Amino acid sequence: MINKRSKNKSEGGSISPFAIFRSTKSQDIVFVQILKISALLVSIVIVAFLATLLLSSWPFVKTFGLKALVLRVWDPINDNYGALPFIVTTVLVSVLALILSVPFSLSVAFLTKERYLPKRIKDLLTTSLNLITAIPSVIYGFWGLFALAPIMRIIQLKFGYPPYGVGILTAVLVLTIMIIPLSASIASEVIKLVPEELEEASYALGANTYETNLKVILPIARSGILAGFLLSLGRALGETMAVTMVIGNFNNFPSNLLGPSNTIASLIANQFNEASGIHQSGLIFLGLILFLITLIFNFTGNLLILRRLQK
Amino acid sequence: MRKILLATLLLGLISTLKAKGVELTGAGATFPYPLYSKMFDVYYQTTGVKVNYQAIGSGGGIQQLIAKTVDFAGSDAPMTPEEESKAGTEVLHIPTCLGAVVITFNLKGIKELKLTPDIIADIYLGHIKYWDDPRIQKLNPDVKLPKLPVTPIYRSDGSGTTFVFSDYLTKSDIKWAEKLGRGKSLNWPKGVGGKGNAGVAALVEQIEGAVGYIELAYAKQNNMPVALIKNKKGNFIRPDIESISKAADVKIPEHLRVSITDTDNPEGYPISSFTWILIYKDLSYLKDMRKAQELYKLLYWMTHEGQHYTKELDYAPLPQSVVKIIEKNLKTLTFEGKKLQ
Repeated sequence: MINKRSKNKSEGGSISPFAIFRSTKSQDIVFVQILKISALLVSIVIVAFLATLLLSSWPFVKTFGLKALVLRVWDPINDNYGALPFIVTTVLVSVLALILSVPFSLSVAFLTKERYLPKRIKDLLTTSLNLITAIPSVIYGFWGLFALAPIMRIIQLKFGYPPYGVGILTAVLVLTIMIIPLSASIASEVIKLVPEELEEASYALGANTYETNLKVILPIARSGILAGFLLSLGRALGETMAVTMVIGNFNNFPSNLLGPSNTIASLIANQFNEASGIHQSGLIFLGLILFLITLIFNFTGNLLILRRLQK
Repeated sequence: MRKILLATLLLGLISTLKAKGVELTGAGATFPYPLYSKMFDVYYQTTGVKVNYQAIGSGGGIQQLIAKTVDFAGSDAPMTPEEESKAGTEVLHIPTCLGAVVITFNLKGIKELKLTPDIIADIYLGHIKYWDDPRIQKLNPDVKLPKLPVTPIYRSDGSGTTFVFSDYLTKSDIKWAEKLGRGKSLNWPKGVGGKGNAGVAALVEQIEGAVGYIELAYAKQNNMPVALIKNKKGNFIRPDIESISKAADVKIPEHLRVSITDTDNPEGYPISSFTWILIYKDLSYLKDMRKAQELYKLLYWMTHEGQHYTKELDYAPLPQSVVKIIEKNLKTLTFEGKKLQ
């Protein structure tokens, strides 16, 4: 393809300073070099990122050590910095949202493949999935605050909790809805890759739709689906705007799932603007922790996928 | 064709360079931003001097002033000793207007309430749990208070509003001073946080029995009920332009970096505060005498003619007593040893 095009162009005959790139070989070299440089740049950005976080959080670590990871009180006025509640809430909210989203996104993914559905409906489903993925998170936040919170208030009253409306469960539900389309669209792409012959063979052997989907297709597509879930977990861990709007921003351990709390991302979003000195450094340290949590989840996920592929 | 294009481009560039006079840059507090943009717009139309102001928050403004990347900073709180030592040389605090923090609430059919600082503190500390608490009922004998849980709402983002609110309660309530103190982000023991005035207002409007603190301008523009607060002299004061200006009409030290919450003025609203513009006393670092001169003129204008624009935007103008002290302060500005005028 490339060869053909470059030949056609050089036949044009006009002399230009770019003529030197017209020959196939030099074109390839340039192309490969561009790829290499881009790849290198991405790695440099990640390393630089980590270096900046480390450097800016150093004053905090030097003063307080790592005990912020196990302390519980976050009080910038008296220079008490305990981050345990935020770490716990971050992991809790994201994992809960992921668990809640799994059945829904799997069902949607299987549905986009089913043959008995007309193609038009399937296309509509896929397009709307992709569209929902593109909705900005602040919109989800608004929706959570003005539509979901009043419903949560009724539930909170029923269970005898203060009717704040906002809180951990509200944040979990908003996050769940946010990540369903993401994991569903990845899962559906992976499921489409499963060879049709397998599916046909399964039906030929007398298996029903349930058995075919869960016992034939799912095991094959599992690693890809898992990767999709991991990506969505990453989004849930770092989600800032929507969570800040609905989690209640209470800097303490959640007393129950309906009560308010704060995640690392929402705490940073709230306090960074007006923070200075050691307080600012502490918030950057929390950013580093969030970075590490995301890395840990991703690495374990990749390990799981690799192990399954090797089997 | 290309040459013509290039020539016009060059001409355009030259003409913009020529038209460009002195330009001033500032950054900082978001609270006075609507007023500042109005003031700077009028100032540009009358004098031709362009002033850029970025509302990035008081803390950010002070950091940029210390880094000397801006000509002035806007701040809702005076500089801390730590920030001042970083700045190196003396920084003048020039008040530009007054604002107030009001207490708003969501109680069906109740438009007005009287509150005292110890009740506000006990609500936020979690000691007062229901609205029909005998202490609140005693202050408001004509109001039928419901047996409804009190939900305190606070600003979750670090803000000058929280600073003013907590500064007031630190002065007026001993329990508050011991447990929470003053600052831009507190360790709240109870309630939920909303981001910005809008976030607090949204939560208060949604939750029946909620109480929150927001800027006066925001409460007024959204027709939210506000509480009358008992001041130091024992009078219940409604927050409005006059009572806020009165709060600053007391004996003020010459350096002007003073908190006027819990004012001694019997007619003053007690949760009022200045908002300041911060500039270096020695402006030599600007390198340009004209720029220093324009900065001086701008500040003089803002604290004199500029005050006419405060009321329409729900800010309170500076009382004459304060303007007199500002004039004295502005006269101490220097550029390479020379006085400005």
